[in-house]
Amino acid sequence: MKLHEYQSKQIFARYGVAIPRGRVAASASDAKQIAEELGGKVVVKAQVLVGGRGKAGGIRLARSSKEAAELATTILGMEIKGLPVRKVLIDEAASFSKEIYLGITNDRAAKRPVIMASAAGGVDIEEVAAQTPEKIIKIRIDPLMGLREYQARDLAVSIDLPRELWRSFSEIARGLWSAYQACDATLAEINPLVITTDQRLVALDGKMDIDDNALFRHSDLNEMRDLDVENWAEIEARKYGLSYISLDGEIGCMVNGAGLAMATMDMIKLSGGEPANFLDIGGGAGAEKVAAALRIILADKKVKAVLFNIFGGITRCDEVARGVLAALNEVHTSVPMVVRLVGTNAEEGRQLLAEAKMATAETLLEAAQKAVAIAKGATL
Amino acid sequence: MSILINKNTRLVVQGITGNEGLFHTGQMVAYGTNVVAGVTPGKGGEWVMNGKIPVFDTLQTAVETTGANTSVIFVPARFAPDAILEAADAGVQLIVCITEGIPVQDMMRVRSYIDQKGVRLVGPNCPGMLTPGECKVGIIPNTIAIPGNVGIVSRSGTLTYEVLYALRGAGLGASTCVGIGGDPVNGTNFLDVLDMFEADPHTEKVVMIGEIGGSDEEKAADFINRKMTKPVVSFIAGQSAPAGKRMGHAGAIIEGGTGTAKDKIRALESAGVRVAKHPEEIPSLL
Repeated sequence: MKLHEYQSKQIFARYGVAIPRGRVAASASDAKQIAEELGGKVVVKAQVLVGGRGKAGGIRLARSSKEAAELATTILGMEIKGLPVRKVLIDEAASFSKEIYLGITNDRAAKRPVIMASAAGGVDIEEVAAQTPEKIIKIRIDPLMGLREYQARDLAVSIDLPRELWRSFSEIARGLWSAYQACDATLAEINPLVITTDQRLVALDGKMDIDDNALFRHSDLNEMRDLDVENWAEIEARKYGLSYISLDGEIGCMVNGAGLAMATMDMIKLSGGEPANFLDIGGGAGAEKVAAALRIILADKKVKAVLFNIFGGITRCDEVARGVLAALNEVHTSVPMVVRLVGTNAEEGRQLLAEAKMATAETLLEAAQKAVAIAKGATL
Repeated sequence: MSILINKNTRLVVQGITGNEGLFHTGQMVAYGTNVVAGVTPGKGGEWVMNGKIPVFDTLQTAVETTGANTSVIFVPARFAPDAILEAADAGVQLIVCITEGIPVQDMMRVRSYIDQKGVRLVGPNCPGMLTPGECKVGIIPNTIAIPGNVGIVSRSGTLTYEVLYALRGAGLGASTCVGIGGDPVNGTNFLDVLDMFEADPHTEKVVMIGEIGGSDEEKAADFINRKMTKPVVSFIAGQSAPAGKRMGHAGAIIEGGTGTAKDKIRALESAGVRVAKHPEEIPSLL
């Protein structure tokens, strides 16, 4: 789960990271008032969960509270990469001489966290990472020991930070580590961390991704979730514990298990079609969950055929069949369906579905080919 | 013959009185696995499976009393990291964690600890292991595989069943099937299992089932190229997956252009691995 800039920075501040004075506003009048409190010269920043806000015109400098109100009106009416801007952050404008990058993330290959810093911080950090990776200094952290003082100092030295800022940098790095750990983040990033003209280190921007698997112990963070980035189907799927991602194709699919769901999508593509979604009903799904899954698939009007691929293990095929029938009772649909049931209680499942007049298949390849043919207009 | 589990496996089930723990204990016993004990704190002294398997409060006592050498974990995600550490401290040599959804920072700390202890962990978020005809530890359905000489290692669950089923359909059996799990931080990776299959005299061919995300398949390709003499056939799931979306498994995500199916397939093919276009094509490539 991604957090907004203002949420991330507030968390960083709690761990001793200096951030600009500022508040979030949802209207031009609020923006104006906040700008007045901050002395007029402010930055108005769109709060949306995508990169490239600045380049899209979502981050603007205002020289007065009146201008802040005008800019807030403009930005609050914008959509950036398809996402509506519902809030703007009004931050005191800072004058600075240098931009640094500082971030902590999980290094999958090393199976431990890694802290990264670069003297070439700012909007082009991704280009720096691609073109001149040696300019990004990385230090791996033992998860049982945490980030040590000497490691933070090593980073400060490696990015040629002036000696008088080492202590302050170390406090910020360790504060960021504490925030990363306390929030179960998979990413905690400050870009840029600036050296102000009066020689202080301030986090002008902040970003956090939280591990979805850890949200059970962070109800405060869970409440920060921005539902604008998800569509109805994805919200509905989460409610039922389904793993769903909508895609652009015309063949809806319902599968048990993530790997098999991906393989089924691949098979559709290999057979000349395009999957409309990724959907994993998980292990041991009951009829209610299956019914919810089918409602979600059928709500997508692009769907021209549905493919069920169930390999029963923990999941029982008869239970899946009951869910499918329950959903078809509620949602009357003319969308044709192909079903493949293998494994636990497959025969019982097939009998239950016999009346529903679905096409059946023995193998995965046959199932995918049939679904593609039917989506293209072939009859059952 | 086999790797990791066999007739000498003495299994303890952590979370044996829960729904899943109890159901799968029944399945494992039916398969012939020697389940010697179960653990559920607060239920010590009870017996399950018609009075055949004793339940203990702590893993330490279970191991001391029954001589268990392998543990399988069916406890919920929030308690699973503790269960792994408890098993490592109790002196179990092999820990298999089925549980899905463990926070990744917990797993990084757990991994760091068990590495120091020198204990092997398989999983989490995995279907476990199966040595057909001898022993099953985990949740792989009992009837889908026959004994044979193909070693199977996989990041996925049901997709592995699909492959076992296709192999059986072609008359091919497995030496051992190892599900290493779909999480970004796990205990045992492709390299570890490939190395064991290479050394196992009864494994003649290997099937490796990977998916998008991370770089473990690329590392496996390098290992196969340098070290393996036995033929390897592979399938990579997620060729049609878009970047930036997590495909169910926490580990299955294409990040910053790395971890794509294309890269993995290219790396494997240049190491001499035959990569199947779809899972049902695997038997014909063996």
